Amino acid sequence: MPEIPADRPLPRQAFEALSGRFPDSVLSSDFDKGELSVTIPKGILLAVLGYLKDDLGFGSLNDLIVLDNLAAPEGKKRFSLLYQLYRFPGDIRIRLVLDLDESEGVDSIVPLYRSADWAEREAYDMFGIVFEGHPGLRRIYLEEDFEGHPLRKDFPLAGRSGGL
Amino acid sequence: MAFKDIEINMGPQHPSTHGVLRLKLTVDNEVVLKVEPVIGYLHRGMEKLWESQTYAQCLPLTDRLDYLASLSNNLAFALAVEKLAGIEVPRRGRYIRIVLVELQRLASHLAWLGFMANDIGAMSVLLYGFEAREDILDLFEEYAGARLTIHGIRIGGAAHDLDEALVGRIRKVLSSVPRRLKDIRSLLDENRIWKERTVGIGLISASEAVDYGLTGPALRASGVSWDIRKSIPYSSYDEMDFDVPLGRQGDVYDRYLVRLEEIGQSIRIINQALDKLPPGEFRAKVPRTFRIPPGQVFHTVEAPKGELGFYIKSNGSDRPERVKMKSPSFINLQSLEHMCKGNLFSDVVGILGSLDIVLGEIDK
Repeated sequence: MPEIPADRPLPRQAFEALSGRFPDSVLSSDFDKGELSVTIPKGILLAVLGYLKDDLGFGSLNDLIVLDNLAAPEGKKRFSLLYQLYRFPGDIRIRLVLDLDESEGVDSIVPLYRSADWAEREAYDMFGIVFEGHPGLRRIYLEEDFEGHPLRKDFPLAGRSGGL
Repeated sequence: MAFKDIEINMGPQHPSTHGVLRLKLTVDNEVVLKVEPVIGYLHRGMEKLWESQTYAQCLPLTDRLDYLASLSNNLAFALAVEKLAGIEVPRRGRYIRIVLVELQRLASHLAWLGFMANDIGAMSVLLYGFEAREDILDLFEEYAGARLTIHGIRIGGAAHDLDEALVGRIRKVLSSVPRRLKDIRSLLDENRIWKERTVGIGLISASEAVDYGLTGPALRASGVSWDIRKSIPYSSYDEMDFDVPLGRQGDVYDRYLVRLEEIGQSIRIINQALDKLPPGEFRAKVPRTFRIPPGQVFHTVEAPKGELGFYIKSNGSDRPERVKMKSPSFINLQSLEHMCKGNLFSDVVGILGSLDIVLGEIDK
């Protein structure tokens, strides 16, 4: 249970509801600078998001953020996916985190949040993350025959063969 | 002769795509069936660049995102860094920031009004809108020495103090805006051609707008009362008195009205901030390079185009480990297909114009 100050009852309620509905699935959580983060296993992503959206009212996906954990200590999976959600009544933000290995794919959340369409294409383009069930997963910024994924930490900054 | 399922390519070099946007349109005679925006022509890899710059060096790069509202980008980035590093901005600095970003909102909305009217064919409005915007850009030039990439906000406060002379000139320019706006509105509000091109065109309902993640005036035109300055106040917006204008049905005309009403509200906010401008320091003492302990933050502001936010992850060094920008135009453009479907081909430019996108922040 993260330490949520008493003057912030709404994030606390949201967290309690979430951890009550998925009792063994909250891997870790923290409340820092007024922002609630909850880490979940990737298998239940759609179930958790569906519950957050339909039952708790988190109707808006602010952003999908990908982190490359290349420099992190051994044992940490390569990527972290951060789903930044928002609820209009009460103005609460919640950040859902899941870790992903380089070879793994993850369920697309487009059926739940239509705004995720381009965000997932961007994550695919920049990090090479495969979203299963996305209606048209292809690069969004770079041309289709571009090699590599530029926002990965091991992407060379200069001297790339065949580059510009 | 029938023209079914014809693909038409629009852009990337096209006067009404507001930069380098390409649209792949599928039409059945005059009716739009499919719209596929193709972006990336202006992609500069800004998020990768930020990873190798110190926090202070990142800030001028944000000017190049939404180049019609560079101060709003500065503010969003500076607020995120300040929240992450625990830097307290002096009250005078917060007020100067409000004056600057609201002037920026005026400039951005006036430029939008000109472009939008020009897209639909009302050429003269472009000149009136830009004439008014020009005076605001002159104020920026006097304040910071630049007109577009202004860089008037620093981490910890504002770039310069506001002196009495400049406050006087800001008030003088502000007092001229309502008269100019009235002139423009007398050309458009009840203009039959304007209304036929905008009323009932490009509809999006409130629930669809939320589902598509729309923010800013485009969301409020559908009747959703959500303005970050009100719901999650930053800087000193909680000390300002202003209204959030709403539309009713979410068509192009509503988006036009909402932005025009917002110009009036911005003038209200600037006048209050100037009236109450507190004495003291305008910037906290922040060293040129500084380290931030490991942590993460997501902070958003109400930019002229919508919700503009930055996610920053620090790793203890003087450079960010990862910066992710949430750009309002990128999200808003996604709903273009939904708004255009079933409308006439000739209305695509009007609907696109009403979204107020800037490719600089879409392509990052």
